[in-house]
Amino acid sequence: MAHGPAKGIGRWLFTTNHKDIGTLYLWFSFAMFLLGGFFAMVIRAELFEPGMQIIKPEFFNQMTTMHGLVMVFGAIMPAFVGLANWMIPMMIGAPDMALPRMNNLSFWILPFAFTLLASTLFMEGGAPNFGWTFYAPLSTTYAPDTVNYFIFAMHIMGASSIMGSINIIATILNMRAPGMTLMKMPMFVWTWLITAFLLIAVMPVLAGAVTMMLMDINFGTSFFNAAGGGDPVLFQHVFWFFGHPEVYIIILPAFGVISHIIPTFSRKPLFGYSSMVYATASIAFLSFIVWAHHMFLVGMPIGGELYFMYATMLIAVPTAAKVFNWISTMFRGSLTFETPMLFAIAFVILFTIGGLTGVMVAIAPADVQYHDSYFVVAHFHYVMVAGAVFSGTAAVYYWLPKWCGNMYNESMAKVQFWVSFIGFNVTFFPQHFLGLAGMPRRYADYALQFSDWNMVSSIGAFTYGASQLLFLYIVIQAIKSGKPVRDPKVWEGAEGLEWTLPTPVPYHTFSTPPEVK
Amino acid sequence: MSRRATMLFALVLAPVMSLALSGKVLAEEAQRWAVNMPRGVTPVSNAIYDIHMIVFWICVVIGVVVFGVMFYSMYAHRKSRGAVAANFHENTTAEVVWTVIPALILIVMAIPATSTLLDVYDTSEAEIDIKVTGYQWKWQYEYLGEDVAYVSELATPESEIYNTAPKGQYYLQEVSEPLVLPVKTKVRFLITAKDVIHSWWVPDFGVKRDAIPGYVNETWAYVNEPGVYRGECAELCGKGHPFMPIVVNVLEKEAYNSWLAEKKTEVAAIRELTKKTFTKDELMAQGEEAYNRSCSGCHMVNGEGIPGVFPSMIGSTVTTGDTINKHLDVVVNGVAGSAMQAFGGQLSEVDLAAIITYERNAWGNDTGDVVQPIDVLKFKQGQ
Repeated sequence: MAHGPAKGIGRWLFTTNHKDIGTLYLWFSFAMFLLGGFFAMVIRAELFEPGMQIIKPEFFNQMTTMHGLVMVFGAIMPAFVGLANWMIPMMIGAPDMALPRMNNLSFWILPFAFTLLASTLFMEGGAPNFGWTFYAPLSTTYAPDTVNYFIFAMHIMGASSIMGSINIIATILNMRAPGMTLMKMPMFVWTWLITAFLLIAVMPVLAGAVTMMLMDINFGTSFFNAAGGGDPVLFQHVFWFFGHPEVYIIILPAFGVISHIIPTFSRKPLFGYSSMVYATASIAFLSFIVWAHHMFLVGMPIGGELYFMYATMLIAVPTAAKVFNWISTMFRGSLTFETPMLFAIAFVILFTIGGLTGVMVAIAPADVQYHDSYFVVAHFHYVMVAGAVFSGTAAVYYWLPKWCGNMYNESMAKVQFWVSFIGFNVTFFPQHFLGLAGMPRRYADYALQFSDWNMVSSIGAFTYGASQLLFLYIVIQAIKSGKPVRDPKVWEGAEGLEWTLPTPVPYHTFSTPPEVK
Repeated sequence: MSRRATMLFALVLAPVMSLALSGKVLAEEAQRWAVNMPRGVTPVSNAIYDIHMIVFWICVVIGVVVFGVMFYSMYAHRKSRGAVAANFHENTTAEVVWTVIPALILIVMAIPATSTLLDVYDTSEAEIDIKVTGYQWKWQYEYLGEDVAYVSELATPESEIYNTAPKGQYYLQEVSEPLVLPVKTKVRFLITAKDVIHSWWVPDFGVKRDAIPGYVNETWAYVNEPGVYRGECAELCGKGHPFMPIVVNVLEKEAYNSWLAEKKTEVAAIRELTKKTFTKDELMAQGEEAYNRSCSGCHMVNGEGIPGVFPSMIGSTVTTGDTINKHLDVVVNGVAGSAMQAFGGQLSEVDLAAIITYERNAWGNDTGDVVQPIDVLKFKQGQ
């Protein structure tokens, strides 16, 4: 069965090959990353100075909403599904994903979802303008009619994620090579197994939330309409019951990637493998019981407030254990600093900063001041961008030579790393200051005392944005004309089944399972 | 010192020196480059500030220790320095220790956090109750039991927002009429909203609470210092979200009492005006002003609205229809299930009459209809 890929566009439309589908996911995700990034540039350009210069406030709200939706659902989640498609079969010694046709479907419905969503930008009433958290009743009674497109798009994305998760769980549980027990699985596989369960648990909750919205808007129900006996706060409970696990859905696979890169470039096995697995599982469990820390100001009874504060603070324990494990892995290793390692180290530092500000916002009384301010914006961008996006970038640099058999340009990649790193921090570090000084988030315009840090932040954002175009160039250049690599291991310290395959990896791999001792 | 070293030294020192010299300028600039939370003027804001600083310094120490170890190993265990990798990958003792220590640190943080939170929630024994209602995009303050209520909205003109006029000192932080409070008095705020969710935030008070339709949330403030304090809406509430600031004027107790007395007289005077008959020109002039203040946020100054979101006023069945009652109904009672608010409780009869007259005659609507304040009053009483 050793035939290559089909020719022409049909290869991509009808493919059931996990590598092709992984590639599709990754390119789709990068396209969405550029789109969402473009929205961010519009936001930062408008916020460069006080006053409305470029866009109107109503369009600004569309930009913040679309930026959030596109980045979370279009860029970050598909990026990690793409990596899962590429790497999980190769890491567990399987020939492909367990459900290849469903794999094709789960990818190909995504472009439709995002076309629907993006098309609202050109419609009367404009795109969704109620924030990516789409709190009712702003997103129901007070929303533009295009909200129905948004709801349908969310349903499609949810269906795609659920199918993807079923596939990943079926693959991991059924198709591991003989001898690969659960506790011998690579960390990336473990983190994705847990993530997939999270997705299956919470995506239906999101579907429920948008369905209730649909009913309220079109069929006269009052789930979230106080005037009809409904409850706007119910929406927030339902949304965050999805939304909080969602942030771990995004970050857990990133943890997995980092747990591969750091050992490779430290030339030392991952420290505390089993505690890493348990920490991941505990984070996943805790993610279900802390959702209302996003709602400290809705007027919960104090008992609820205290419970959600304590439970949230608990998450710091397993998360800290992971950071300590990564550092112990580096400790007394033999370190080199190729680009994937630079991104991984930046991940550890910046994610830890995001984690520490996470502890701060978990303190309910202090959250009275932090809540809905730029402090929160800074906090979650340290986790989402320096966490998820940096780890995704690291993953591409790390595995790209394996995938295509060509090395990227190391010195250009290092430049890209430093520009990203500096640009990111210049963008988001001052946002801590803005938030503490009293600037609320989602503001199209602001008072004069916030002018200077906003300008700094905008300059950082343009720098960071430019560094992503450089990333695109480096990747294309590597694929087209990078220096060939033929060493199966690519990196001196790389360990695992995927590195036993030839470089570049053939179209079909592990047609006969390897033996794991 | 070599020449090179001297230059380096000078380079490093120059900013430090200039910082020291420009201390005064710095003080003025300090607010613009602010990096921290205000300490505020209430016991709660002070407690919040303290716990914020405790947690912040704990985080800094953790960061220094953790990153210190990491940077040490990045320096000392580099392959280029000939480091050979050790092969350890487990140490139960270490793992137990670094699970227990963070847990202990968290307990240390949780104790003051709990007591501060209890304080934030203690709205008992307030001397004054003020109901705060969020609307798109303004706040209404109601002094419960005093028969004083008014709307407070952005006073910054559009020309400053759209850069055709220079921005004033309190750009986007100035309102038509501030909330007025007495100093050293426990004030309870009852916070709600009429349309979407808003959030009432005054950083200097350590007060932020969501204003949610169908809910009345409680919070409180005891302000120690008279002064003017500025805050913002903190929950995304539509396109006017950045344009509904909060200004609180905290007065000495006597000054507050005379303000309240004056306010009551003013309310009575406005009621008296309801009986007066106005000319069409008077109503049009007042109507334009009131429309631009209360209606143009959605329906735009030119009456065209925003297609697909906010209806146009021009030639519409409401503004040019035969029955003025329909127009009165929409303005006074709002439209259920839409963004159109009920303005009956927000605006005086005079303003309502002026706005309706203006809408029926501006932008080429030219119906010639004139609505008097008394008509509005009769409509309200007749329903």
